[in-house]
Amino acid sequence: MKNSGYYSQFGGAYIPEILVPTFDELESAYLVAREDESFWQEYIDLMSTYSCRATPITRLDNLTEQLGGANVYVKREDLNHTGAHKANNVMGQGLLTRRMGKTRVIAETGAGQHGVATATMAAKFGFDCTIYMGAHDVARQRPNVFWMEQMGATVVAVTEGSQTLKDAINEAFRDWVSNMDDTHYVLGTACGPHPFPEMVSWFQSIIGIESREQMLERTGKLPERVYACVGGGSNAMGIFGGFLEDKGVELVGVEAGGRGRGQGQHAARLAYDDATIGVAQGYKTYFLQDNDGQMQDTHSVSAGLDYVGVSPILSHMHETKEVRFEAASDTEVVEAMQRTVRNEGLIPALESSHAFAQAYKEAPDMSSNEDILINMSGRADKDIFTVADAVHDPKWQQFIIDKAEAYRAEMQNG
Amino acid sequence: MAKSPTTLELAIRKAREKKDILLMTHIVLGYPNFDDSLRVVEDMVKAGVDLMELQIPFSEPMADGPVILKANSEALKAGATVEKSFAAAERITREFDIPFLFMTYYNILFCYGVDEFVSRCKSAGITGCIVPDLPPAEGQQYLDAMHAAGISPVHIFTPKTPETRMRHLSDNSSGMIYCVARKGVTGKDTAFSDDLSEYLELCRSSTDLPLGVGFGVKSREDIDFLRGKVDIAVVGSETIRVMEQDGVGAVKGFIETLVA
Repeated sequence: MKNSGYYSQFGGAYIPEILVPTFDELESAYLVAREDESFWQEYIDLMSTYSCRATPITRLDNLTEQLGGANVYVKREDLNHTGAHKANNVMGQGLLTRRMGKTRVIAETGAGQHGVATATMAAKFGFDCTIYMGAHDVARQRPNVFWMEQMGATVVAVTEGSQTLKDAINEAFRDWVSNMDDTHYVLGTACGPHPFPEMVSWFQSIIGIESREQMLERTGKLPERVYACVGGGSNAMGIFGGFLEDKGVELVGVEAGGRGRGQGQHAARLAYDDATIGVAQGYKTYFLQDNDGQMQDTHSVSAGLDYVGVSPILSHMHETKEVRFEAASDTEVVEAMQRTVRNEGLIPALESSHAFAQAYKEAPDMSSNEDILINMSGRADKDIFTVADAVHDPKWQQFIIDKAEAYRAEMQNG
Repeated sequence: MAKSPTTLELAIRKAREKKDILLMTHIVLGYPNFDDSLRVVEDMVKAGVDLMELQIPFSEPMADGPVILKANSEALKAGATVEKSFAAAERITREFDIPFLFMTYYNILFCYGVDEFVSRCKSAGITGCIVPDLPPAEGQQYLDAMHAAGISPVHIFTPKTPETRMRHLSDNSSGMIYCVARKGVTGKDTAFSDDLSEYLELCRSSTDLPLGVGFGVKSREDIDFLRGKVDIAVVGSETIRVMEQDGVGAVKGFIETLVA
C-alpha cells in the first residue's frame, strides 16, 4: 500500500489490515480507468442516456429581481435520474465495479438519496445490493427506503451509535471486511480512505465541467460566486471542480448550521469552530468530536448533511482559503426552500436549500453585473414529510390521518 | 530484522517455557464499569490467563463486531474516558504480574498526542499496543515513539495478507504478531480447518516473532487446534459474551474450562 491520498495534512488511508489488498485493487482499477479515455466516454454516454446529462442551468428570474443584486443561476442536479447528484458517483463506481468483476455492491446512506441511486445502479447492472442506513434516518426518510426495497435492495436499519450516517458507514465497512471478494463498497461522498475522496470528486466533476461551459455560453463570462451545500462534500467538490483554476470565482461551501453554534446543535465542521482534526472512518479531517476523540452527536434538519466529518479535500481547501465556508440554520433553510418553491417552482432538497439560503443572504449586496451559481444538488420529493411538518400544513396532516385510517381498516378486514 | 527482544517478547518466551500455548483475553475498559473491569482482570489472572488486551473504548470501533461494539458504546455512556482508562491500567499492571497490551483505534492516540500517549503507556506499565486502523505507512511517529520506549507495536496478519506484506508488517512490529483467523469483524464463528492451518504456516514462516491467533476462538477445542501451530490463543468477544449472559462472576469458571 502506498502512503498517498493526502491533501496537506488531511486524507490518508487508515484502514484495517484485512482491507489493504482490497484498497490496492480499487486504487489500481481507478487509476487505470482514469488514464483510459474510453472509460470517461463510456461514463458520459451512460449519464446522457440513462440519466439526464448534461443537466441544464436555470436563471431564477423572479428571485433575481426580488433580491435586487446578482443574477442567480442554478445548476439542476435535481434533474438527474433518482433526483440528485448522487447518481453521478454511483454510475461511475458501477462501471468500475463491473470492470473489477464484482457482483455485489453495498452502500451507506443518510438522506437515502445515495441509497436509492445505488439500488438503481444495482438493478440496472444486475448486482446484489445491501444498503446500510441509520435507524433514525430510516424513520425520517421512509419514501426512499420504499424505493430501495422496490428495486430489490436489502435495507439494513443501523441501530448502533447515533443511528445516522456515520454509523451506517461503520456498518458498511463491517460488511466489507467480510465480503470484499465479491463486493464493492460504493461510498457515497468525497470522504473515507484514499482513493474514495479523489475518485468520488472525479466522478462528480462532471457537474463543474458542464457548469463552466454552460455559464460561459449563457453569460459570456464566469460567475463571481459558486455555492454548494456541504455534508460529506461530494456535490461541492463536483461543482467547485470546474472552477478551481479560475481565480476570479469565489467558492462558497454551506454547512448545516442546525440550531446554531455549540456541539450537538449542528453539523458545521468548518464554518464553526467546534470541530478539531481527528482520524475516523479511515481518514483524517475535521471531526465534531470531544477532547478524547469520541465522535459527538450532530443535528440538521437535513439527513444528508448530518455528519461528523467532511471531505479531507475540503478541509485542505478551507485551510488554503480556496473555499469560504458558511453555515445556514434549519429555519433559514426551510424559508429558502419555501421561497424557491413559491417564486420559481423549483423544489430544492433540504440539503441543497442550505446553498440557496446562503446565496439569498449574499446576492442583494452584489451588483446586477455579477452572477452567482447555486448547485441544486437534489430535489425535495423525499423531504415531503419533513417539509410538511415544518410548514404545519393541516391538509397534509388530514391526508396522512385518512390514509392511516384506511390502512387500519384494510388490516382489520384481513 | 535483528532487533533485540522487547519486554513483551521476553515475557511471552518465558511463559512459553512452561506452557505449550498461552491464553490471551480481551476486555473493554469501563465496561460495564471500571470496578467490574478490575474484578474481571483479577478473575482472569487467577484462572490462569497469560496476557491481556485492554481496549480503550472508542465511539467508532470499525473493526469490531456487535459484542465488542456494544461494550465500547456502553462504556462511553457510563462515562469512560482515556484518562480513566490509563488510571485503571496503571492499577492493573501494578497488581498483576502478566503482560498487558492496549488495544484501541488511532484517533484516541492522535487526539491525546501520539508521543504523550506512548509515554503514558510506559508509565502505566503497558508492554504493547494494537491499533487496528493504523497501517505502518500511516504510523511512523507512533512506531518511532513505541520503539524508543521499548513498548511493542503489534500489527495484524490476515488470510488476505500476501507474504511480502507479512514481512513488512513483521519488520514494523515487536513483541508478537496478531493473526486474525478469518475475514470479518470480531465475535463471529471461525472454521478451524486445513485452510487455517495452511495460513498459520505462512504466518509462521514470515516472522520470527511469537504468534497469537484471534477472531472466533472460544473453546477448549479451538485452543487444542492451535496448540503447536502458534504461541498464543486470543479469546476476545466470547468472554464478554459470557459476562453478559451469566454475569461478571462467571468469567473465572469459563476461563478455567479453557486452560484446564
